[in-house]
Amino acid sequence: MRQRKSNGGIPSKYLLTILSIICIMLLFFSYSTGFTGGPLETIANHIFIPMQKGIDYIGSTIAISSADTKTKKQLVAENEELTEQVDELNDKIKSYELKLGELDELQKLYELDQNYYDYETTGARIIGRGTSNWFNTFTIDKGKKDGIKVNMNVIADGGLVGIVSSVGDSYAVVRAIIDDTSNVSATISSTEDNCIVSGSLENMTASNVINYSNLSDSDDKVAIGDIVVTSNISDKYLPGLMIGYISSVNLDENDLSKSGTITPVVDFKHLSDVLVIKQLKESYKSE
Amino acid sequence: MSDFKQYLKRILVIALVIYVCFLLQTSIFSRYRLAGVTPNILLCVVATYGFMKGRRYGIWVGFFTGLLLDIFSGTLFGSYALIYMYIGLLNGLFKKQFFGDDLRLPMILIGTSDLIYGTASYFARFTVKSQHSFSFYLLNLIIPEVVYTLLVSIFVYYMILYINNWLEKMEKKGSDRIGNY
Repeated sequence: MRQRKSNGGIPSKYLLTILSIICIMLLFFSYSTGFTGGPLETIANHIFIPMQKGIDYIGSTIAISSADTKTKKQLVAENEELTEQVDELNDKIKSYELKLGELDELQKLYELDQNYYDYETTGARIIGRGTSNWFNTFTIDKGKKDGIKVNMNVIADGGLVGIVSSVGDSYAVVRAIIDDTSNVSATISSTEDNCIVSGSLENMTASNVINYSNLSDSDDKVAIGDIVVTSNISDKYLPGLMIGYISSVNLDENDLSKSGTITPVVDFKHLSDVLVIKQLKESYKSE
Repeated sequence: MSDFKQYLKRILVIALVIYVCFLLQTSIFSRYRLAGVTPNILLCVVATYGFMKGRRYGIWVGFFTGLLLDIFSGTLFGSYALIYMYIGLLNGLFKKQFFGDDLRLPMILIGTSDLIYGTASYFARFTVKSQHSFSFYLLNLIIPEVVYTLLVSIFVYYMILYINNWLEKMEKKGSDRIGNY
C-alpha cells in the first residue's frame, strides 16, 4: 500500500533520497571541477551583496560616530602627540630617502630591477565574515567586474592575508592563511630555507600564531624573530609577500626538519580593508 | 489557483526569513562575536521549520539554506546542503511532540542540532587534516557556538512562530471567504 500524505506531493523519504543524490553529485562535481555555484552565484550576487554592503556601511558609520565622542582634552593631547610623531617620522623619512637612493644605485649595479612589491593592487572592503565558525573565510565587495580572479593574493597591513577562493560578479570569497585548510609554501628571508606554513584554528585561538613545518635548517641559523615570506616555488602565492615573524622553533622527532609557530603581521581579528594583488602567479612565471 | 497562490506566499515568506537570517548571521552577528564564535542562526531556522512543519519542510528549507551557505563559503559545493538537509529531517521527526508555547523541546532540539552540526563539521575536517584534538574543538568551538546559538534562537524561534501563526490565520481567512462565495 502506498502511503498518502495529507497535503500531497512526493513522500519525504523519496524526496530525501533524491536530494541526497543531488548533493553528493554536486560534491563530486565541485571536487573534480572546482565548481562553486555557477549561475546561482549571479543570483546571490544581486540579492545579497547590496544588502551586505549597506549593513557594512551603516556599521562603519556607527563605529565612526562612537569615535566622535572623545572629549576636547583628549583630542588636544592626542594632537600634540601625533605632531611630535610626525616630526620624528619626517626625520626618519629623510634619512631613508638617502638610503633608498643608495639602494637604487646598488641595485642598478647588480642589475636587480625586479621589484617584488611593484604589484598592481586594488582596495576592497570586507562586507561579510565566514558562513561558519569552522572556516576563516570572508566576503569582499569586489568581484569579476573589478577584475578579481580566483587565486589572486590578498594582503593588508603589509602582510599576506589569504587567497581568493571563489568569485562572483561583484563579490569574492577570500580564504585566510589562518584557516585550517590553508597551506602556504614559505621562505625564511634570512637563510632562504623553505618551509610550509599552515593555518591552525587551535593555535590561533590559543595564542594568535600559525604553524610552520618541514623547515630544513641543519646549521641552526633560524632564530626567533626571523621574517617569513612567501617562497618563489609556491604555485599560487606570489614571492616575497610577508607572512610574519618566527615565534618558536622546535626540532622534529626525525631530527632532520624543524617546525614551530609564526606570529602573523596581519591583525586578523580587526581586519576591515584589504588589498587584492591583480597579478596571478601563473602570469608571473610566464614573464 | 488559490492553492497555488498560498503555496507561493508560503515559499516567499520562508525565503524572506532565510534572507534576513543570513544577513544577520554574516553581517551583523559577526561583528558581535562572543568567545570568538558567531551564532548559527540559519541552523535555528532549519530546525524550527523542521519541528514546526514536519519532515518535508525541514528537508526543503535545509537544502536551500545549505545551498546558500555553499555559494558563500567557497569550499566544496553541496556539503552544507547535505548536512542542513539531514538536520531538517531529524527535527521533522519531532513534529508530533511539538506544541507552540512550550520552549523546552525547541531549545533541546536546536541545541542538539547544533551539536550534531559541530561534530559533523569536525569529522568532515578530520578527513582533510587528522592532527586535531576533538576536546579542543569541543570546548572552544562547538560548545560556545551551541550556547550562543541557543541564546539567539529564543528570538528567532518566537519570530518564526509568530510569522507562521500569522500566515496560517491569513490562509484560514482566505479559504473561509472562498467557501462563502
